[in-house]
Amino acid sequence: MALYSEKVMDHFKNPRNVGVIEDADGVGEVGNAKCGDIMKIYLKIENDIIADVKFETFGCGSAIASSSMATELIKGKPVSEAMALTNKAVAEALDGLPAYKMHCSVLAEEAIKKALQDYYEKNGIEYDHSLFPDCEHCAHCGDA
Amino acid sequence: MNKRTIYLDNAATTKMSRTAIDAMTPYFDTVYGNPSSLHSAGQAAAEALADARERVARCIGAAPGEITFTSGGSEADNQAILSAARNGEKKGKRHIVSTAIEHHAVLHTLQKLEKEGFSVTLLGVGENGVVRPEQVKEAIREDTCLVTVMYANNEIGTIQPIAEIGAVCRAAGVPFHTDAVQAAGHLPVDAAAQNIDMLSVSAHKFHGPKGIGFLYAKKGIRLWNVIEGGAQERGKRAGTENIPAVMGMAAALEEACGRLEENARKMTALRGKLIAGLSAIPHSVLNGDAVDRLPGNVNFCFEGIEGESLLLLLDDRGICASSGSACTSGSLDPSHVLLAIGRPHEIAHGSLRLSLSEENTEEEIDCTIRAVAEVVEYLRGMSPVWRDLVSGKKEFITK
Repeated sequence: MALYSEKVMDHFKNPRNVGVIEDADGVGEVGNAKCGDIMKIYLKIENDIIADVKFETFGCGSAIASSSMATELIKGKPVSEAMALTNKAVAEALDGLPAYKMHCSVLAEEAIKKALQDYYEKNGIEYDHSLFPDCEHCAHCGDA
Repeated sequence: MNKRTIYLDNAATTKMSRTAIDAMTPYFDTVYGNPSSLHSAGQAAAEALADARERVARCIGAAPGEITFTSGGSEADNQAILSAARNGEKKGKRHIVSTAIEHHAVLHTLQKLEKEGFSVTLLGVGENGVVRPEQVKEAIREDTCLVTVMYANNEIGTIQPIAEIGAVCRAAGVPFHTDAVQAAGHLPVDAAAQNIDMLSVSAHKFHGPKGIGFLYAKKGIRLWNVIEGGAQERGKRAGTENIPAVMGMAAALEEACGRLEENARKMTALRGKLIAGLSAIPHSVLNGDAVDRLPGNVNFCFEGIEGESLLLLLDDRGICASSGSACTSGSLDPSHVLLAIGRPHEIAHGSLRLSLSEENTEEEIDCTIRAVAEVVEYLRGMSPVWRDLVSGKKEFITK
């Protein structure tokens, strides 16, 4: 299908890092089933490095591909780099997404941020709250 | 497309039949005149057009003068509804009755009229997706100028009690239009016997060419132009007639109507096999009535997964299907039809429509059942929603 780039199709059909980390240091879930997209990111963090990352996604092809690509982009990277990951970087790494699918890359960015926030909270690490989106109110569909 | 394609999206469009293609070809370079021209080349085309009109009319129990060729089903729906609205308006009637599960060609035209001040009553449907004639009777008012109810639904395939609804309308003196785009060539159509005043048809749903259809309007119903210009189609639809397409449509409709029962029998058997096979997938549910549905329509929801990813993975295995998921339409809401039959958003996103043709085989159905079961299981394996359902964190909606 020409709807998606080859890279999107590759990451959709052969998603990297699918699964669960049972003893994750941080878990973030964004989206909701009503909108048709849910992403859940599990992080294992060692010495301020993303030692491992897994994801589970309920959603369309681009949602699965965005999750896969986002996990690839942060795996083995310092936490600060994972924090700085933007949805644009995810979409660009996938050789672009159709305009109406860009929210999938936003979800990926938000899921990672939420997992990092969870990690900070769990470990009592001070962080800048303004850097984290209010994911409880999914802006993409105007619904909680 | 892949070398071995299993095409199960015949409600979207069909492969043209050889008969239809052969019926078209002479009209590209042999009989190519303009039917409006007085010379012999033009008159040969005019004769062909008249012949096609007669044949098409015969297939639906109408007179040739009651057929207007259009660019397809959408244009026919638009013209039927707008005409009834203009006719009603002149008598001070500005109310229309329809259903919540109509095609967008109908719904969006009704929305346009609402902006002009018309009031529209959209009847709800039960879980089986069927409208009851009593609902129509109760909804008709003094100022109702049109009832428009589709013959068969394009997504869930349910067949409406058209003749009974037509009788209710006739008794009330209200014109009745039916969008028969999914029905023509697949279900019996008899405009007179089924009390139909207007009816829309699209050729590419029954192995005819794309970009052609027709509107049947019972004698005496005034049509208003959607396209202005020349005097073609008795002045009701301007533009030089697409003669090759008209000829292809006439041939395809005659062929489909001639084999209607045989095709229905074949597809119903395949449909039964497919429904039985997919029902065996845990937490799946059939959408639409189990019996009162198009012979070729199968529509399921699978809990815990999203439809677009299901479609893409099926396509990867050579299976062409369709979904009512929001992601396949570019909108945020899943199919209005699935919501209308009471499916919650969560499972409406996980819908799959498989629409058969008489050319599908049992082997293809077996292959499809296996593929759907595998892909659903695979997607559930990476779905956080499924994990929550299985772990009991969320409750299953389906059995």
